[in-house]
Amino acid sequence: MSAKKVNVAIIGPGNIGTDLMYKILKRAKYMSLKLMVGIYADSEGLKRAAELGIEVSSEGIDVVLRDKSIKMAFDATTAAAHLKNAKLLKNAGIRAIDLTPAAIGPYVCPVVNLGENLDAPNVNLITCGAQATVPIVWAISSVTRVKYAEIVATLASKSAGPGTRQNIDEFTQTTARGLEIVGKAEKGKAIIILNPAEPPIIMRNTIYTIVEDQKKEEILAAVERMVKRIKEYVPGYRLRMPPIFDEEKITTMIEVEGAGDFLPTYSGNLDIETSAAIAIGDRIAERLVKGEMGTA
Amino acid sequence: MTDKKKTIKIMDTTLRDGSHSVRHQFTLEDITAISSALDESGVYAIEISHGDGLAGSSIQYGWSLFSEEERLSAANQVIKKSKLAVLLLPGIGTREDLQKAIACGTKMARIATHVTEADISEQHIKMCKDMGLEVVTFLMLAHMEPPSKVLEQGKLMESYGADVVYVVDSAGAMLPDDVRAKVGLLKEHLKVEVGFHAHNNLGLGIGNTLAAIEEGATVVDGSLCGMGGGSGNAATEVLAAVLDRAGYDTGVNLYKMMDAAEEIVRPRMLRPQIIDRSSLALGYAGVYSSFLLHTYKAAERFKVDPLDVLIELGKRRVVGGQEDMIVDVAYELARSKSKNRQGSMGS
Repeated sequence: MSAKKVNVAIIGPGNIGTDLMYKILKRAKYMSLKLMVGIYADSEGLKRAAELGIEVSSEGIDVVLRDKSIKMAFDATTAAAHLKNAKLLKNAGIRAIDLTPAAIGPYVCPVVNLGENLDAPNVNLITCGAQATVPIVWAISSVTRVKYAEIVATLASKSAGPGTRQNIDEFTQTTARGLEIVGKAEKGKAIIILNPAEPPIIMRNTIYTIVEDQKKEEILAAVERMVKRIKEYVPGYRLRMPPIFDEEKITTMIEVEGAGDFLPTYSGNLDIETSAAIAIGDRIAERLVKGEMGTA
Repeated sequence: MTDKKKTIKIMDTTLRDGSHSVRHQFTLEDITAISSALDESGVYAIEISHGDGLAGSSIQYGWSLFSEEERLSAANQVIKKSKLAVLLLPGIGTREDLQKAIACGTKMARIATHVTEADISEQHIKMCKDMGLEVVTFLMLAHMEPPSKVLEQGKLMESYGADVVYVVDSAGAMLPDDVRAKVGLLKEHLKVEVGFHAHNNLGLGIGNTLAAIEEGATVVDGSLCGMGGGSGNAATEVLAAVLDRAGYDTGVNLYKMMDAAEEIVRPRMLRPQIIDRSSLALGYAGVYSSFLLHTYKAAERFKVDPLDVLIELGKRRVVGGQEDMIVDVAYELARSKSKNRQGSMGS
């Protein structure tokens, strides 16, 4: 008999929500997708979910709150919507995994600080740029003091939705904070570039760090170990240029090819976000399942 | 009846685009000397920022010697008539950076995006308009897209509140007919003024600017002695002379402008602003002009030919701001070179 699973819901059936749905169905060990809700009856994402036999509703979050079997919800709506949803989910005792920039809960990157946030009622995914670069900065921080970390995330224009475009400052500012808070850099800076080339380029990131002690072998090993760990949940994550050491800085380049679950493979930026959300959700669900089993 | 001369506004970018030529190492004394000379010669606006715009000071684009606030405040103390302007590229700088610049006396914001990405500038344009600034918008690397795309994106910027929409030839890759087609189309369909920013990589800086004006551009960029990315911009002093001869009123005192170029700027230049092999390659391959000095550095670091790097960057259709791709390409070229060497040794 398979292990007991936690019932989860997706709020927001857009591109991200739909990709999440496919990933949960494909990969989740401890989560069972029970419900997907939106606010538009003609939503393409809801249609797809219904075809896969998932319960759907266009009546929004209320449906999630009413279903007492739901223990966890992924919010793939907007920052403004999540500000409202977060409170409702918390009151209903539903764990929230926030994919919007609202950032009510702690910033979480699964390979860095999930362990310390497993009990948080609400966790936030920072940004896609942060999910791709923060672990590398943290890996270097684990070897030596990182005085400054700067990242340049280049995305295919087609993979940056209207939310990112109209709030581009939020992306740079939140990513920079993620480098500091989660990556442990003393100062962080982020730059985002959109490239419209056809065929679309896959997401690439350059990570510069200025460190106290350039322990070359240890840094190389730490970065390589980290890339392997990320690959476990983002198979298309690759080291494009291993750390190169110059007098004043270390330069590392990575690229992220999406799994193509729903979104096209070039949008590695979205894939790493949904993959991280699944990794976080499954870990929390595992604990809930095992906790329940322990008390049963 | 006397003919009133047509007015053309010149905006000088010596202290912004020209900042690339000195690797962003202008001193505060450079800034006050150059901006006061520009102000006295009657130029419409003086742009001061890191070469890659506010908050451009970074590993990616090179560190500035002084902060934006220090540089803007220094200039603001000596500028009397001209408008103090800044450049901002959404994705690099933020509204917070603009607010800080405005607090230092900035009167004009120039907001730049790649020619296909105008919609990332909405927040910044609207905020600056709300704060009472004159807002100029840039469609960069305009050579990469057809005129219809340039118009579509220009209309977006106009709808956000831009006072001027610029066609920006960031790679110095446009030929006069291309400039005419794009500026002409904007002029025909936009209500706001149209501007043009040239680079001289194909030797067309002044010629293209003149073509733009003939198609209705009323705002144009220059920099003293042509200082700027690649082989530089249209030289402001040359532009002033040419436009005067062509019968336009720029409000600029030509002699003072020539003196500013010769006596104030030329002695401060670290390299002659010429069309050398690599800057010609920028124009030919259609690569962002400010990549030039970064390419020299990476080519030296990885022991590859800068020309090969630039041509490959052109093939990859790299856009403005992607300076990290220079390292990526140089690293790959170096690796394939060493692989070939190993291969031939093995055989």
